[in-house]
Amino acid sequence: MNFVTILFYFFEAVAALAALSLVLVRNVFYGALILVVCLLSLAAIYVLAFAEFVAVTQILIYAGGILVVIIFGVMLTAKIAGKPLVVKHTNVWGGTLACVALFTLLLYFLSSQKFFEDGKDKMQAADTAINTIGFGLMTEFVLPFEVAGILLLAALIGAAVIASSIKSRNV
Amino acid sequence: MVPVYHFLWLGAFLFCAGLMVIITKRNAIMVLLGIELMLNASNLNLVAFNQLHPAHLSGQMFALFVIIVAVCEAAVGLAIVLRVYQHYQTSVPDEVTDLKD
Repeated sequence: MNFVTILFYFFEAVAALAALSLVLVRNVFYGALILVVCLLSLAAIYVLAFAEFVAVTQILIYAGGILVVIIFGVMLTAKIAGKPLVVKHTNVWGGTLACVALFTLLLYFLSSQKFFEDGKDKMQAADTAINTIGFGLMTEFVLPFEVAGILLLAALIGAAVIASSIKSRNV
Repeated sequence: MVPVYHFLWLGAFLFCAGLMVIITKRNAIMVLLGIELMLNASNLNLVAFNQLHPAHLSGQMFALFVIIVAVCEAAVGLAIVLRVYQHYQTSVPDEVTDLKD
């Protein structure tokens, strides 16, 4: 067991514990911060899995973008300023039952299947991963890349229009 | 080196935790956080199954597009939550019951 493996187990435990505490926490703002912890440790796991580009994208978009938007949402939907937004739990037993059943089912299938051959069940580095991704985005995946750009533009304009408080006269 | 199967187990756990958050929390923003967690679990699986063809990197590419779609979903979802809050003065999905019998 070398240093990289220990680091991987550490970040794996951090991600799992953060997800577990996101289930238990009641304050929405704390929930957002816990999600930041989980996403950053997932980014570290991506780095250890030789997916550097995905890791950087994860940090930039999730920790930098989505979480800022979510925290703004928390601030704008708090009823009384200065009082924390605390949520109630509902359907606790049904939810626990469904999640435990799904988890057991997934673990059963994962342990009964053999996805990787014996020599290949460790992460291997692709030598020029970022290079390949750059070329791939401009050659093989150029259509989904451009469609994703249009989708982002449409979604952001749509979000701005939906959230703006200017009343439309026609509706 | 890093074992691949741990990625699948961690992905399954994160997916179930996200599902639990979605089912049990009575707040629309918490539901969005749960959806983000589930999307990240699927991303973890995509990065793990990238190992089937490590030189081609199609799994990592798919993970990037999943992240882009997650951004769109979060932006539009939060805009809808804000609008619903302005109209109904609540962010609890169960209390928006205009279409109920």
